[in-house]
Parts: sequence; structure tokens; C-alpha cells
Amino acid sequence: MEEKVIGETTMYVEMRHIMKTFDGFQASNDVSFGIERGCLAALLGPSGSGKTTILRMIAGLDRPDSGDILINEARVNELPGSKRGIGFVFQNYALFRYMTVADNIAFGLEVQKKSKAEIKSRVEELLELISMQDLGKRYPHQLSGGQRQRVAFARALAPNPQLLLLDEPFAAIDAKVRRELRTWLREMIERVGVTSIFVTHDQEEAMEVADLVIVTNQGRVEQMGTPDDICMHPETEFVAEFIDTVRFEALRAVKGKTQ
Amino acid sequence: MSEKKKQRMYNQDVSGDGIHSIQKVIEPPRESSRPVIKYMLIGVSVLFLFVMLILPLIVVVVNALGDGWAAYQEAVLDEYTVKALMLTLLATVTAVAVNTIFGIFSAYLLSKFYFRGRQVLASLIDIPFSISPVIAGLVFILTFGNIGWMGDFLKAHDIKIVFAVPGVVLATIFVTFPFVFRELFPVLNAQGKDEEEAAALMGAGGFTIFRRITFPHIKWALLYGVILCTARAMGEFGAVSVISGHLRGKTNTLPLHVEILYNEFNTTAAFAVSSILVLLAVLILIARNLVEWKKK
Repeated sequence: MEEKVIGETTMYVEMRHIMKTFDGFQASNDVSFGIERGCLAALLGPSGSGKTTILRMIAGLDRPDSGDILINEARVNELPGSKRGIGFVFQNYALFRYMTVADNIAFGLEVQKKSKAEIKSRVEELLELISMQDLGKRYPHQLSGGQRQRVAFARALAPNPQLLLLDEPFAAIDAKVRRELRTWLREMIERVGVTSIFVTHDQEEAMEVADLVIVTNQGRVEQMGTPDDICMHPETEFVAEFIDTVRFEALRAVKGKTQ
Repeated sequence: MSEKKKQRMYNQDVSGDGIHSIQKVIEPPRESSRPVIKYMLIGVSVLFLFVMLILPLIVVVVNALGDGWAAYQEAVLDEYTVKALMLTLLATVTAVAVNTIFGIFSAYLLSKFYFRGRQVLASLIDIPFSISPVIAGLVFILTFGNIGWMGDFLKAHDIKIVFAVPGVVLATIFVTFPFVFRELFPVLNAQGKDEEEAAALMGAGGFTIFRRITFPHIKWALLYGVILCTARAMGEFGAVSVISGHLRGKTNTLPLHVEILYNEFNTTAAFAVSSILVLLAVLILIARNLVEWKKK
């Protein structure tokens, strides 16, 4: 995708009045929001709130019934996902189980018919980025959950996407490693400088990692803003309740430590 | 909850722990505390297998060679036997080829796409399992025969199906229809759609996705289905018997040829021809075990 020098206020991804139903179930109800270039945004909401549907529609895996999806100021509703310049990290990573780590990362480049040398150097570069230089010949089932996530991340980044989408990136990882991985992912995304959107149902995760939080509930956007904004000034009862729970949990955690 | 959502949740669950959920390791059975029962059960099983399987096989071989090697050779190399073998091989190869292609397509369709009537389609594919082969043969006669629905049309275009080779092939295809599908469907279903979606998002085309993502996943199941399908196709008697018309040297398959020889009191020849089928069956059994062993 062509790089444009644009003002800071221009949205890189924009959803305009998106409606979507699955078999009578309202997954998106007039969803509108915009995300700036370079931003790391979280779609936060309870399960069934329609956050994954939004992500899948941006990726082109699902189509909205009505409304416009804009990426880099162009309407992409009719554009197949592979032409939208995105990288996608699936909830269970969806690594190709019959390919090695290196082949997984190389796949997107091979499909684009890049030269062998180019693919090789890019794969090495990414393996280094995720600190798995020696594990390129392993198969996905020989890796730990955290390693799999790193591979999925590298694979999504390999073709240099302008937009990275992550579906519940930490859900399949046990709690101990999760915090570590969060910091890691945040750092990586900052280093690569790619606009990113991730889906989560974990309030704490969204508040800690994201620059911008979009709270969804029953197919609607309840509120969007910086983590501070949402914590300090919840606009709806739902958001207030949601955030309160976090505070309560945090409080309990602190108390648990001091006692 | 809607079918679609249920399926999606199921897919997520299964693909969650990767490869292990699909190729479950069968644990060795725990030793029973009462060896008497164990040995008794072994005894019963062995006895049953001997009477039902081993003994008949021995009888086939002994009777086939009963009149000496020369008589055996003569029966096996008989013109009609060779023609019957050729027809059996033709019907088998065609049926396996057709059902493999159909099985891959249908299993892919039913496991990766969700649409109304999906369940109905899946049950329809199983019809040959539940229907008697003789009925299947009759159905073809009533459809394609002179008195059948398409009889006039076929006659006008000079196409012979009933009492001809195409009928034999069609009947064989019908009877072995579900084998490949049945082997592939659960494997594809358990794989989920994520890997294919991931590949598609990277710009891979349909054929590349099939070759690099789907096929490596299903290849053993596919081979296994093909082997089962082959075994069934070669041994098919009922449906073929009804539709072939028993024209010696024209529409006789090996199993039909065996029956004719037996009815003519030509016992040695009947058993000699049977031994060809037994040999083919043993070869298939070996292939099957090799595949099972490789799968692990």
C-alpha cells in the first residue's frame, strides 16, 4: 500500500455505520469509529459483544450487511482481505501445522512470489525479532504457547502489513506468561510501528497495552477513548460497571500482596 | 444457539490444542486384575476368528489346489477368468477415482461451508451404506433399463447401461460412494477453517491452500479411504449381479464369475478364481496396515 504523508488527525482505519447480523443475531449495530495511523487500539467487551466480528470485517473475513469500511481513506468493502495490506493473528494462532516455523513465516512472501534470497533474509530478520533464531526448523506442536504466539506475530508481519489485527492474542496463554507477553507485544508493535487493533475481553489487558480503547457491548460501541478517559469518565452505566470490576480486582490484588 | 455458532465454537475448541486433539493416542488397556477372564476372552476370540475367517480361507486355498497346480493354472488363466479380472479392475479403478474426487469435494464442502440443508446432504451421502446392494442394482435397472424412466432417451441415443459394462461400473460407484467422504469428513471438520483463512489472507489462491494446507492434513485419511473403497469395490456382488446380466466374458466380474463356476459344479475352478480375490484382499490388508502404521 502506498505511503501518504497525512496529518495526525487522519484516520487510518474507519468504520462507518456498520450493521451485521448472523442468523438473526445482531453482531454489529451501527458501529462507527476511527483509528489513527500508528495507534494501538483495543476492542474491549464481554463475549458476544461483537468485537471479533468487527475485527473479521476489517480483515475481510466477514462482510458487513451495510456501512463502509475505510482503510487509508479508501473504501475496502469489496476488496478481498489479501489486498487490504493487513496482517492477522488468530486466536489460536492458526499456525500451519505441517510447516516448520521458518516455512510458516515465509508463506506469505512465497505467495507474493518474492525471490528466494529476499525471503530467506526476511525470515531470518523476523526470527531474530522474536528471539527464535534457533527454532526455525521446529514444527508448531513442538513449541510452547508463548513461542507459538510469537511465530504467529512474525508470520503476520512478514509481508510488511500496514495494519495488524490480533484476535484475543493472549487468551490461549496461561496467566503466568501472559503479563510478560503483553509487555513484549507492546514493545514489538512500537518497534515495528504498525497500526494495530486487538480484541480482548480482559479490561486490565486493554488498559495496560492500548493507546485507545473501544468498549463494545451488544453489537454497539459504548465508548471510545484513552484508557485514562475510560477509567475516569465512563459515559454509560455499562462502561462504569465494567471498569469498576477492574478497580475492584486491582484493589484485591494489592491487598493480597500486602497482607 | 444457532448451528453456525455452535460449529464455530466446536472448531475453536478442537483446534485449540493443535495436533494432539486430532490424532488421539490410543492408550494401552490397563491390565485386568483377573487373568482368567483375560485368557478366556482371548480363547473365545481366537476360536471365533479361526472358525469364521481362517478356516474358510484355508478351505479356499486347499480346494483351489485340490486338483493339482496344472488345474489351478488352467482355471486362473482361463479366458473368461482373465476377462472377469479385467472388468473387476476397471470397475474398481473407475469407482475409486470417481469416489475419491467426489469424496474430497463433498467432505470439503460440508466441513468448511455452512448452509441450509447441510445435514440433509451429509445423510444423503450415506444412503449406500444403509441400502441393500440388490436394491441399488434394481434401482439402476428401473432408471436406465428399457422399461425405466430414461430408457427411451438412452435407446434413442444408442447408449447401453443395463446389462453392459457402464452399468457394472455405475453399480460399483454407487455401492462404494461414501467411503472416502466418511474418512475425510471428520478430519477436515476437526481442522477448522483458521489455517485456510490465514493462508487466504496472505493472498494464497484456492489451489495453493489445498495443496499446502489442506492436503497434508488429510493425506493419510484419504489413502485409508481409498484402500477401503478399493476393497469394497472389488468384492461387490449384489448390485453388480442384478445389473450385469451375467454375460460371460462381457459383464462378468470376478465375484460373479465365481458364482457361475460354482453353480456349474466346477468347484475347483470356483475356488481357484476365489483365490485371486483372496490374494487381492490380502494385499489390501497389508496396504491398510502399512498406512495405519505410517499414520502413527
